[in-house]
Amino acid sequence: MTDVFVRDSPLRRSYLWQGGHTLRSWLLSTDHKRIALLYAASITLFFFLGAVAAALMRLTLIDPQGRLMSAETYNKTFTFHGVVMVWFFLIPSIPATLGNFLVPLMVGARDLAFPRLNLFSWYLYMVGGLFTIACLLLGGVDTGWTFYTPFSTMFSDSHVILAVVGVFVVGFSSILTGLNFIVTIHTMRAPGMHWYRLPLFIWGIYATSIVMMLATPVLAMTLCLIGLERLFGVGIFDPSLGGDPVLFQHFFWFYSHPAVYIMILPAMGVVSELICCGARRRIFGYRFMTWSLLGIAFIGFLVWGHHMFVAGQSMYASMAFSILSFIVAVPSAIKVFNWVSTLYRGTIDFHAPMLYALGFIGLFMLGGLTGLFLAAVALDVNLTDTYFVVAHFHYIMVGGSVMAYLGGIHFWWPKITGRLYSERMAQLAAVLMFIGFNLTFFPQYLLGYMGMPRRYHQYPPQFHALNVLSSIGAVVLAISYLMPLFYFARSLRSGASAGPNPWQAAGLEWMTSSPPPEHNFVETPVVTEGPYAYHEHEEQA
Amino acid sequence: MNAHLAEHFDDPPQQKEAAMLGMWAFIATEVLFFGVLLAAYIVCRWRFPAGFADGSRHTDLLLGSIETAVLLASGCIMAVGLREIQLAKQRSACLAIVITAALGVAFLVLHGMEYVDEYHEGLIPTVRYLQNGTDADSMEVFFCLYYVITGLHSLHVLIGVVLLLVIAERTRRGHFSPHYYTPLEIAGLYWSLVDIVWIFVYPGIYLAGHSA
Repeated sequence: MTDVFVRDSPLRRSYLWQGGHTLRSWLLSTDHKRIALLYAASITLFFFLGAVAAALMRLTLIDPQGRLMSAETYNKTFTFHGVVMVWFFLIPSIPATLGNFLVPLMVGARDLAFPRLNLFSWYLYMVGGLFTIACLLLGGVDTGWTFYTPFSTMFSDSHVILAVVGVFVVGFSSILTGLNFIVTIHTMRAPGMHWYRLPLFIWGIYATSIVMMLATPVLAMTLCLIGLERLFGVGIFDPSLGGDPVLFQHFFWFYSHPAVYIMILPAMGVVSELICCGARRRIFGYRFMTWSLLGIAFIGFLVWGHHMFVAGQSMYASMAFSILSFIVAVPSAIKVFNWVSTLYRGTIDFHAPMLYALGFIGLFMLGGLTGLFLAAVALDVNLTDTYFVVAHFHYIMVGGSVMAYLGGIHFWWPKITGRLYSERMAQLAAVLMFIGFNLTFFPQYLLGYMGMPRRYHQYPPQFHALNVLSSIGAVVLAISYLMPLFYFARSLRSGASAGPNPWQAAGLEWMTSSPPPEHNFVETPVVTEGPYAYHEHEEQA
Repeated sequence: MNAHLAEHFDDPPQQKEAAMLGMWAFIATEVLFFGVLLAAYIVCRWRFPAGFADGSRHTDLLLGSIETAVLLASGCIMAVGLREIQLAKQRSACLAIVITAALGVAFLVLHGMEYVDEYHEGLIPTVRYLQNGTDADSMEVFFCLYYVITGLHSLHVLIGVVLLLVIAERTRRGHFSPHYYTPLEIAGLYWSLVDIVWIFVYPGIYLAGHSA
């Protein structure tokens, strides 16, 4: 089988063959498609590292006494989980893999604007990753992924500096990736590809890139200050020197709230692509979709204070942040309504990518609506630092971003590799993921509502049943995450050849061969119509 | 075919547009880097007006003002360099860039002199801080921020000097002409960033509260 495929021409004429076969040809490649695969391999590795930490936590929490690990080890485990999952998986996930692969293809360019910078970003990512691994091997860090002062600066005796340097470095990778996308989208669109003809995935990446570029420097500088404070006793966040620990929270959340949008905006872009293809409909309200993406990115910069309702900020600030947080729900709701309206009268095909996309809508809605609970100051005072918050952001980040990421990987897998995978297995994994996810995290809403605080390895016995339920869900979830590894591996070894457009999807990336040639297009495409022209074509036919 | 055109671009204008937009985007991120520090400075100054005013009085206004003049002059000369290359005068363009870099070095030397003086006066937190009195603690926060902000700025000046020397060498070798001078223009943009950051640092740190 393999030999037949190797001899057939699509692979011979693709980026997988043309750039060379040595390890060196991959590690020094400036081809955006190869760099996307480098990212895909490395973020998958980090995803499973973070997942092991999560599994250990769920295992500890089966027992109300939490005897599996000490409180300190537990702290280090959830910190590692948070740091790895946020900065080494979620933030680079869709932009650095699917974005890297698809942005030039979708706008009709031969590569990103700065190919060497793109490769450099991956190396920065790896260096940051090495620091994080080193931190883990030397004993870990126990501050939580938020590095709150004064604990991180004065009291923690774990390896805060190593962790902070790791995140600092990976931050630059994120900034440079965002910069590259922005310049590419602005200057390298194919003839006829004007702004309102761009697929929504590109709009999602564009909005994300703005946030990456403008928020990440704030994080980098803030972490730099933490490092200086630990090393030299600079007293900006240190209350004993007259500094202000809450100032750290302001700076941190000025980045880290928009960071949530770095994770969800590209996911929204992916889902828009999947829904249109799966329902064979033009997206409902295209311009509303583009402006709601930008609106979320913009308003996202103004809501950071809702993480600090109980941190001693002024009541009036809390009220303003609360109102702004409600406002950000408006463009998010527009998106959900428009996806649902797109499905209306569509010819829906429940293939695996579509199942992931539909799962995304459901989970994102639950996560988003509970976000409104938390945006209400009076409720948040009760719910903050409980499992309600944990469940809320996992619904957005795992239920939302990870579902969309996997949906996207399934959708574009034939384009990336030129092979088909087992549709049955993929559908099963998608359904299992939806069930496992809800089983894991819905009980956590209830636990939080009942008052179980987050970040403890012990809990009173009345929370036992729901915690066990959550841990059982985690097992189901783990199986559904492992399944794609197997059927994708089998697809690479013996999958049928995909052809250029197995989904009959619209979009420039489907016009070139699968896998695409090194410079993407034999001839620069000329665009004559808007995206998602499914409806029209079928009506004409 | 243009020798400077990378293969993934269609034509030189597209390449130039990408390079310039990339630099502007980079400048936007730099503004946020310094923005955090200036925001921290403003917040702390608002909390400790007396200590920060005291801190300002301990800075060297004369040296600070000379540094400002040096940096602004260098920015002006860099702009002249850009104009010269547009007029195809490679030699004078090269000279202008070298002078710009030299003024950058002068800035760093002057700033180094300030740091040495401050060391002798015992104004460096945790290294040598010999101040007493009611506002000594909040003045220490002032000097922490002073060193972080001016240190980061000086690092940018240093990077700028290296960058300018590379560009000057390339100009001397005749890499640039009125048809292609994008790297020179980008280096100039970077140097303007260094200038503009200082325009906020100088009044904020040296001037505010100095005469009170």
